[in-house]
Amino acid sequence: MEIERHEYDVVVIGAGGAGLRAAIEARQQGKRTAIVCKSLFGKAHTVMAEGGAAAAMGNVNSDDNWMVHFRDTMRGGKFLNNWRMAELHAKEAPDRVWELEAWGALFDRTKDGKISQRNFGGHEYPRLAHVGDRTGLEMIRTLQQRVVALQQEDFETHGDHEAYIKVFQECTVTRLLKQDDRIAGAFGYWRESGNYVLFDAPAVVLATGGIGKSYVVTSNSWEYTGDGHALALLAGAKLINMEFIQFHPTGMVWPPSVRGILVTESVRGDGGVLRNSEGERFMFKYIPEVFKDKYATTEEEGDRWYTDQANNRRPPELLPRDEVARAINAEVKAGRGSPQGGVYLDVSTRLPAEEIKRRLPSMHHQFKELADVDITAEPMQVGPTCHYIMGGVEVDADSGAASVPGLFAAGEVSGGMHGSNRLGGNSLSDLLVFGRRAGAGAAAYVDTLAARPRPAQADVDAARAEAEAPLQRSGENPYEVHQELQRTMNDLVGIIRKADEVAEALEVVEKLKERAQLVGAAGSRVYNPGWHLALDLRNMVLVSECVARAALKREESRGGHTRDDFPGMNPEWRRKLLVCSTGDGRSIQVEERVQPPMRDDLITLFDRDELKKYLTDEEMAEFDGISK
Amino acid sequence: MSYKAKFKVWRGEGGEGRLEDFTVEVNEGEVVLDIIHRLQATQAPDLAVRWNCKAGKCGSCSMEINGKPRLGCMTRMSTFAEDETITVTPMRTFPVIKDLVTDVSYNYQKAREVPSFTPPEGVRPGEYRMQQVDVERSQEFRKCIECFMCNNVCHVIRDHEENKPAFSGPRFLMRIAELDMHPYDVADRKDSAQQDHGLGYCNITKCCTEVCPEHIKITDNALIPMKERVVDRKYDPLVWLGNKIFKRSSK
Repeated sequence: MEIERHEYDVVVIGAGGAGLRAAIEARQQGKRTAIVCKSLFGKAHTVMAEGGAAAAMGNVNSDDNWMVHFRDTMRGGKFLNNWRMAELHAKEAPDRVWELEAWGALFDRTKDGKISQRNFGGHEYPRLAHVGDRTGLEMIRTLQQRVVALQQEDFETHGDHEAYIKVFQECTVTRLLKQDDRIAGAFGYWRESGNYVLFDAPAVVLATGGIGKSYVVTSNSWEYTGDGHALALLAGAKLINMEFIQFHPTGMVWPPSVRGILVTESVRGDGGVLRNSEGERFMFKYIPEVFKDKYATTEEEGDRWYTDQANNRRPPELLPRDEVARAINAEVKAGRGSPQGGVYLDVSTRLPAEEIKRRLPSMHHQFKELADVDITAEPMQVGPTCHYIMGGVEVDADSGAASVPGLFAAGEVSGGMHGSNRLGGNSLSDLLVFGRRAGAGAAAYVDTLAARPRPAQADVDAARAEAEAPLQRSGENPYEVHQELQRTMNDLVGIIRKADEVAEALEVVEKLKERAQLVGAAGSRVYNPGWHLALDLRNMVLVSECVARAALKREESRGGHTRDDFPGMNPEWRRKLLVCSTGDGRSIQVEERVQPPMRDDLITLFDRDELKKYLTDEEMAEFDGISK
Repeated sequence: MSYKAKFKVWRGEGGEGRLEDFTVEVNEGEVVLDIIHRLQATQAPDLAVRWNCKAGKCGSCSMEINGKPRLGCMTRMSTFAEDETITVTPMRTFPVIKDLVTDVSYNYQKAREVPSFTPPEGVRPGEYRMQQVDVERSQEFRKCIECFMCNNVCHVIRDHEENKPAFSGPRFLMRIAELDMHPYDVADRKDSAQQDHGLGYCNITKCCTEVCPEHIKITDNALIPMKERVVDRKYDPLVWLGNKIFKRSSK
């Protein structure tokens, strides 16, 4: 069988928010761009994002600005964030949101006709541009329609819609190809036909999202198999912060088949409260020391905040997600959970029914259709669900470039921006800001090349043999290996971790690695989900090993990494990143690396008292030197 | 609470196919897509089905369940009797690739034929001012998750392949209405709705509205108002006269 071959300047893998924004940028800078995605165009996981895109436009509270947003982001990430990314993100998010509006997006409005902004956990002011609770869909559709608009322009100019930007949908990339140390292309297969395809391209942007499908209880779709993470590792790039996984506090817990599906944080942002089986608003018991002065201590004060934010502190239901998830976990463990093993999230006693339907239409619909629960009349039952990985490809903040020349990454597959915990609303803006930057970075990189690197035939042959293997053998059912991996990660490297359990998980993963090599796919090569899963397993196992190895090494608790045996934050660990790489493509090495200190003009945006909670004595002495 | 259900699922590729019988476990709270997944994991690993979010937000798992277009992820098993045989087939209007997966490229082709959002010149990003009441009409249509079930059920093309070139289906006629009602869109979309996209083929039987999983009132709020806008243009003598005068004076 002949392998189909395409030449492009930039190949973007993934068609969610980051991938589409990157592709739009590369095309706008004149590069011939391919978008390669596993699903149909417009179905990416971004459509599930509900709450909104955080951008300090100051439309609802004019005191908001990039510096406040920057501080909130660093706080949310417990100061482990790549501060340059947090800075760029806070500064550029408003422009990226406004740009969507000029491409046809229709956000909800304020009374004076501007883009409305809503409250969310960890954000000091109402900051999330939104459309009801379907903001992700609006973003995907707008970017999708922008791609179409560019194709229409190209048709006018060149007589071919696909002259400069083309979507390869239902196409999976299994290997990145290099010449010497540089990216030279990507190899993959069409899901529909099972035929192979080779992209000859000097620059690849990874925008493949996350890894949630390594867990049983997750809000993530089937596409989230850590493809970009694994492709980067196998191409010689490095992953950072892989131990930090966000368990969203509110996933559905019943019925079993929808366990893990997301219940938007907007429910709490708009007034919803968490109660245990005794009817207690338990979050007041869980305000951690570092946030003590920023959250209400009584229900009365918390309730007043919704109407008067100047004179009251926010309710603790709006603490960052890691805090709320741990609190729910603790309540359930203490025997104060709901009948189906969650806690109660109630908005029915807090807002009129009509208002709930207007502000939270898709939540109303989702609970009614899937659980027979009317959220305007009764509380929901919710519990933590694997939602987002803060870790990912280590990139240059300004250009999205990974350590491998020609490789770029943006969105969830990249690491650093969110530190140890991401604030709600910061991912949609992250996709836009760093999607654009990675697209621009890739375009600029291509311009510097004197000659195009070419993929070697031997590498193409090897990639093909690897992809073909499961079809050629009658081995174990891949679904069984997948289920065991999911159970292992869920039970042993979940929301609360212990050294011996993580070590046990690593032993299981080691065995699954062998089994994943031997799975077989029955049936033909045409749209064969068993075969597709067999190939995805390699990625899920590799990435799970990164998560477990890094989780075992980091002996502290911070954000999306909680160690039962090391319960506190340790300032020494704050400045250290764990870097994963692979030499042989099979086993993972983890090294410690010290982060560069924050730039003077950024660190002085914080109060000394706050920094003291996070930094070492040595770092505090340096700070005192600067601020004098 | 679990029981064994009888399923008939369309299997086949390359134009050939047949209904295959399965007996499969069903547990409390499950939806049809869960059962399809159980078949993949236990009896038919190569059974092809599209899906993504499993929460009714992405519009991937469109199929026909007992002959009715439905999202597999939003069709609860409790809506069927335990002894009922459930028949699952691919969408009928689009060519089958394999099993429950169809070639929906018709829809992407039509999407590309609708001229994009056209704002007036000189409005910079950040300067847009719109009232909530004015964006709500188009927002309703932007709830569309592109499951393509409205196009699948529309009788203009369901059994009339020959109408496909001239007719864009409810999904994209609604897209035209959405843009036409966008407070900042300045393109003239009325003639093209009629001439290029076949608005006149629609005889408002509301089949599209009935199958819409987002409960968008496609017929009442998009197609009929769009027809009215087109008719105003075509037959309104004042508009006709105005156009004449405008054309004459601009010479």
